[in-house]
Amino acid sequence: MIKTEHLTKRYGSLVAVDDLSFSVGPGEILGFLGPNGAGKSTTMRMIAGFISPTSGHASVCGHDLELEPIAAKSVMGYLPEGAPSYGEMTVRRFLEFIADIRALAGGERKARLDYVIDRLHLAPVLEQSIETLSKGFRRRVGLAQAIVHDPKVLVLDEPTDGLDPNQKHEVRTLIGEMAADKIIVISTHILEEVNAVCNRAIIIARGRILADDTPQALEARSRYHNAVSVRFEDSGSLAKARAAVASLSAVASVELNEREARLTAFPRPNQVVLPAVSELAARERWNLKELHLEAGRLDEVFRAITEAPPAGDADEAAVMNA
Amino acid sequence: MRSVGIVLRRELASYFVTPLAYVFIFFFLVLAGLFTFYLGGFYDSNQADLSPFFTYHPWLYLFLIPAISMRLWAEERASGSIELLMTLPVTLWQAVVGKFLAAWCFAGIALALTFPIWITAAWLGRPDNGAIFIGYIGSLLMAGGFLAIGTCMSALTRNQVIAFVLTVVVCFLALLSAFPIVLDFLSGVLPRAIVDAVAGFSFLMRFQSISKGVLDVRDLLYFLMVIGFWLIATVIVLDIKKAD
Repeated sequence: MIKTEHLTKRYGSLVAVDDLSFSVGPGEILGFLGPNGAGKSTTMRMIAGFISPTSGHASVCGHDLELEPIAAKSVMGYLPEGAPSYGEMTVRRFLEFIADIRALAGGERKARLDYVIDRLHLAPVLEQSIETLSKGFRRRVGLAQAIVHDPKVLVLDEPTDGLDPNQKHEVRTLIGEMAADKIIVISTHILEEVNAVCNRAIIIARGRILADDTPQALEARSRYHNAVSVRFEDSGSLAKARAAVASLSAVASVELNEREARLTAFPRPNQVVLPAVSELAARERWNLKELHLEAGRLDEVFRAITEAPPAGDADEAAVMNA
Repeated sequence: MRSVGIVLRRELASYFVTPLAYVFIFFFLVLAGLFTFYLGGFYDSNQADLSPFFTYHPWLYLFLIPAISMRLWAEERASGSIELLMTLPVTLWQAVVGKFLAAWCFAGIALALTFPIWITAAWLGRPDNGAIFIGYIGSLLMAGGFLAIGTCMSALTRNQVIAFVLTVVVCFLALLSAFPIVLDFLSGVLPRAIVDAVAGFSFLMRFQSISKGVLDVRDLLYFLMVIGFWLIATVIVLDIKKAD
């Protein structure tokens, strides 16, 4: 279990992390989301015990990072932002160093090293010095280092940053496989990552928690949630279709995108528009390329939440979230 | 202790995977030889002892030791690996001591490789081997003092060149603190008692007695305390600004 209580970090007058309290239990994969400079890395660093909070506490499996740092660090695997390592070492020597310092010995040491080398496909570069590796390989070495001791808690700061789509997919698959018996926290500003691997998301901006929910529930906050998107063969029939859709009782508003020949119908609260729109399409014999139901757009929710004005303008923020 | 050993081994190995180790040892040996045979007049003295060899060690170390210590923490900072090291189950103390000992071992290896000079003296005459051995111990202790200063200076910055220059300056002051060049300056700004205390902290005064083959426990303790002091300072510096 990871627990933070009123975790705060100030640098002079700048408040990087402001009174964060949350806890993460086994089986949870928490995505820590926020714009650049929101305090994600600062929070990760305090949980990992690299920097001390100005006030408040962080603990891992019951070990407070300030009071029992060694016990806490022993049960945790941590990938710092940018996956730093010792460039002059070979991959093998580096992983052996980590295994030694993590007190792995004998057959277990060998088995764990073999496992991470195999799992992260590091065999071809084992004898290469880390500084000669590509960004993707370096990131994988960083991940191997973080999981070599099979930690109960895994804290990954931007684990897929700089990877190509195939590598991203592999890392996400790996994280998903490890999730069953672990607590995993991932910081990221890539929203698709949250949908792909997380079962919980916390959005922070300016050091404060602005949302804490499942990715699906966050999507449901989007105004696109349950909206219907229709794409025509050409934009000529858009204007006529708009008038017809707007007259449907469940439809609150309609938006057009001339360039894509796309029409989007937004439902009234707690109403569904898909049956009515598809019936209309059949009746009017619209020439359609696609018709689909939107789940909600996480990027739009993210923008609405993180760009909302700070407390005090709560009314306006509520409007944007609606 | 186990963690100190692991950090030490990693650090020591990292000296030898780059050309730094070999370049350093080469120049150390060449300069040690030049100083001994030319400036020190080893042959002209007609004495089978190594005082011409040891006399120049403080000056040799003044510029070579900072080259060993400058990377210790500055490089960790610059590459970001300090974040990795500090989040492994290792205490700050273990990391600082392990890295310092690695640098000290490396200096010891370079010093040990000057053994042909000892052999030369033994070949040419009957040197006092005990005195020479003590001279080596003294030289190693002084190297430790310089390295401890260098460790602290390296912890202050992410720039290795700055770490090098700072170390040379502080080592120079430590070396000459009993001499007019430093004392005249200090006596202008500090009270008499402090100036006297500073004068007692000169590396050179302490080393001169050891290099003549006289090992006083107080000199031994002096160097160990210097090392301890600067390592404590390193831990404090890192604790305050490890994430900067």
